[in-house]
Amino acid sequence: MHLHDVWFVLIAVLWTGYFFLEGFDFGIGVLTRLLARDRAERRVLINTIGPVWDGNEVWLLTAAGGTFAAFPDWYATLFSGFYLPLLAILICLIVRGVAFEYRHKRGEDRWQRGWEQAIFWTSLLPAFLWGVVFANIVHGVAIDQQKNYVGGLGDLFKPYALLGGLLTLVLFTFHGAVFAALKTVGEIRGRARALALRLGLVTAVLALVFLGWTQSHQGTGWSLVALAVAVLALVGALVANQLAREGWAFTLSGLTVVAAVAMLFLALFPNVMPSTLNPAYSLTVTSASSSPYTLKVMSVVAAVFTPLVLLYQGWTYWVFRKRIGVQHIPAAHPAEV
Amino acid sequence: MQLAIAHETIARWQFGVTTVYHFLFVPLTISLAAMVAGLETAWVRTGKDKYFHATKFWGKLFLINIAMGVVTGIVQEFQFGMNWSDYSRFVGDVFGAPLAMEALIAFFFESTFIGLWIFGWDKLPKKIHCACIWMVALGTVLSAYFILAANSWMQHPAGYKIDPVTHKAQLTDITKVLFQDTSLVVAFHTLTAAFLTGAAFMVGIASYHLWKTKRRPLEADTRKTASMRLSLRLGLVMAVVAGLGTALSGDTLAKVMFEQQPMKMASAEALWDTQAPAPFSIFAVGNVNAGHNSVELEVPGILSFLAKSDFSSPVPGINDTAAAEAAKYGGKPTDYIPNIFVTYWGFRLMMGFGMTSFVAGAIGLWTTRKKLFLAPEFRTGEDEPPRLMLTKNRELGPQLTKWSWRIGILTMGFPLIANSFGWIFTEMGRQPWAVFGLMTTADAVSPNVSVTTQVIAFGTFTALYAILAVIEVRLLHKYAKAGPDVDERPPAKDPTLRGPASDEDADKPLAFAY
Ligand code: HDD
Ligand code: HEM
Ligand code: HEM
Repeated sequence: MHLHDVWFVLIAVLWTGYFFLEGFDFGIGVLTRLLARDRAERRVLINTIGPVWDGNEVWLLTAAGGTFAAFPDWYATLFSGFYLPLLAILICLIVRGVAFEYRHKRGEDRWQRGWEQAIFWTSLLPAFLWGVVFANIVHGVAIDQQKNYVGGLGDLFKPYALLGGLLTLVLFTFHGAVFAALKTVGEIRGRARALALRLGLVTAVLALVFLGWTQSHQGTGWSLVALAVAVLALVGALVANQLAREGWAFTLSGLTVVAAVAMLFLALFPNVMPSTLNPAYSLTVTSASSSPYTLKVMSVVAAVFTPLVLLYQGWTYWVFRKRIGVQHIPAAHPAEV
Repeated sequence: MQLAIAHETIARWQFGVTTVYHFLFVPLTISLAAMVAGLETAWVRTGKDKYFHATKFWGKLFLINIAMGVVTGIVQEFQFGMNWSDYSRFVGDVFGAPLAMEALIAFFFESTFIGLWIFGWDKLPKKIHCACIWMVALGTVLSAYFILAANSWMQHPAGYKIDPVTHKAQLTDITKVLFQDTSLVVAFHTLTAAFLTGAAFMVGIASYHLWKTKRRPLEADTRKTASMRLSLRLGLVMAVVAGLGTALSGDTLAKVMFEQQPMKMASAEALWDTQAPAPFSIFAVGNVNAGHNSVELEVPGILSFLAKSDFSSPVPGINDTAAAEAAKYGGKPTDYIPNIFVTYWGFRLMMGFGMTSFVAGAIGLWTTRKKLFLAPEFRTGEDEPPRLMLTKNRELGPQLTKWSWRIGILTMGFPLIANSFGWIFTEMGRQPWAVFGLMTTADAVSPNVSVTTQVIAFGTFTALYAILAVIEVRLLHKYAKAGPDVDERPPAKDPTLRGPASDEDADKPLAFAY
């Protein structure tokens, strides 16, 4: 195995980690309107991810930085080509981060309502857009000989990509509902389970169509395995959810995310950005990668620090392992921060 | 051609606006994280309430600030690819490495431990909780270091070769990228400047509260005064130490830059012709087309000193340097002259605004000195505002006292302004190069991004950032004005890692919730 193959795997792992973790964060954001009935419940939901969402988001920064270092052309083509969708995602992530931190900093109802609206929309939109972006990466877009995307904005929103967006949106919301059931107590917990069931069924349909489409278009033996794992994990998650085994349900909904993302990367390999204009223009792990020396340096850094990151992020989840309910939410107090 | 210019101009404006904006939050984050960590350590060690209240108070302001720093940072990570794709292709092999390391090593650290610190007051034992904020502080310094190493490579490429086939930069030695002298000195200068920024911020807000107490002693709460008084002290000491460090490191940096980018330093001085000894210019108006200044006022010999540590060495001027660069890289000499007006004034505003805070800090430190140096009748208690003392038994008059406090408040944002101008000078002084000597800014832009797209992005960022600035400043103002919440108590018993001590704790509200 060449180092650039290793780095393809690592980039896939980083994106997978990102979608696993920020996936349920986005889901929680969407659920603040789908599941929560009042402000206290909304706050319960937001606080289930309160201590961790920022750390989860760094997976994205690392995925982007890692792509820059290991596959500069992939980074350049992707970010300049998908400019406007990424701009929209950026705007959402900015507003969303500020909304979490500032919502409770003033007591006025109008202020809090505004930020709550913001949390909903800025979670929903990226959850959808990431699916669109990834569907396009896997499917391939109009890339010219200079490795630049030359298509228009509309070309990024073909039915296949829209379906991909819908899938990530519903899948993340499902994942979020399972997470909510795992992290809350009281009445909201049961409702989260009930909603998870419905979301899971929709996810199943969308996953079969979208992943099946991908498989028939450019699948391999391995991607078929990943597809099967994704579907089985989803079924398992639904069963566990019905049996109120919330830990298992969450593990399996997470596995669904992991397997679905893995499937996309397996279908992509050895390309990193296929060109629909001419296969010779496609960016591949060899043509887009950095020099062996850079990859070696980055491999050492990743080998040392990734386990460390997993260790202390894991510890954070352990520290905040307690479920929360409305009784744990302190009364709003203007001087309270 | 026209289109290419528009491309480059909008991309540059966008990068300038978003990066300067990001860097408004960064220096405060770096310094406040460490200062809050210091305050919490003092609380853990002494158990005194005033330290607890100070920790909480500055912690709140720190959190309001870091939220903006974090979200604006994400833009930075994306925009190299969005607007500067040719740049990214050309340098990715070298430049991507420190960026990826920054995310993996520093950002994870920062963002994970900040979550633990914010939400962990009643979950973590005091000492571990305190360790968390130290981790955040370490993370901020590390992230600054990596990004500065990346930037230093643009200023002075090292540890690379140009691949003969692809004509792209290729990393040959990562230690040269991370530890070349440019990186080290720039990091030293930027970090000390960051601490000066936090110091002035602390001095300003503490002065506001103490001056209010002084004017209306009856309305004041002595506990509040105590925590503000110690904050004032911390801020003043930090301002003096960091101010000295900034000046020292700035001087070293200037010497490095005279060596590596003579054009930048010549433009910083609007020094058109090579001179020996070279004077330091205090005021000048240059004329690019004529190649000289129309008006100037200068001090002889000082520039030679800044460049070479003696008062007579020759310093190369803009005209000679431009001719030399043109001979080396082709084109006309004028292609290599950056915007002299901006570099010249940027350099002066950096030093002027920043050093004013340093001087104010030094005077403040003297006038508020400890009681050992004061006659007994002028000594003040720990929970009273200090008297401003000129000598052992001479207090400043009422007018001077009033203005001293006011200056403390008014200079609160000066280093922030200095930082922005310092960077504008640094980055614009490098022009026309994006990577010095290797790639011009014009060649760095994404060729496939339309001007319409760029305008949409630039407009959106500018508008959003302006709105967020208003929100953030109002919040900071609200919380800074309110002062510490002195009724707040630390958790009654030190939490244990194993969870709630008894069942009765199970339904207790969280110590902190969004
Ligand atoms: C509080 C802020 C502050 C203050 C008081 C100073 N600086 Fe500064 N300076 C910065 C904040 C700053 C900065 C914003 O942090 C910069 C931008 C790039 C860098 O490394 O630091 C900078 C850049 C910068 C550069 C350009 C470096 C480059 O191109 O890479 C030089 C030569 C100096 N400074 C020199 C000085 C000198 C001689 C000072 C004398 C007192 C001084 N600075 C005070
Ligand atoms: C944080 C402080 C910084 C500030 C305030 C700042 C400011 C600026 C400004 C004003 C420009 C536009 C200059 C012009 O062309 O007119 C610019 C350009 C640029 N800077 Fe910085 N910069 C900062 C740090 C960095 C760092 C750390 C990097 C690298 C990691 C960087 C990379 C660039 C790039 C790629 C450009 C665009 C190309 C160019 O104009 O050279 N900057 N920056
Ligand atoms: C001298 C220049 C810079 C320094 C010293 C610096 C430092 C920092 C620091 C201390 C933070 C933590 C939070 C905060 O900002 O308040 C931060 C956040 C961030 N910075 Fe910068 N930065 C600089 C410029 C840049 C540039 C040019 C990039 C682009 C690659 C960048 C990328 C980021 C990102 C992605 C974050 C978010 C991190 C998170 O989520 O915790 N920064 N930066």
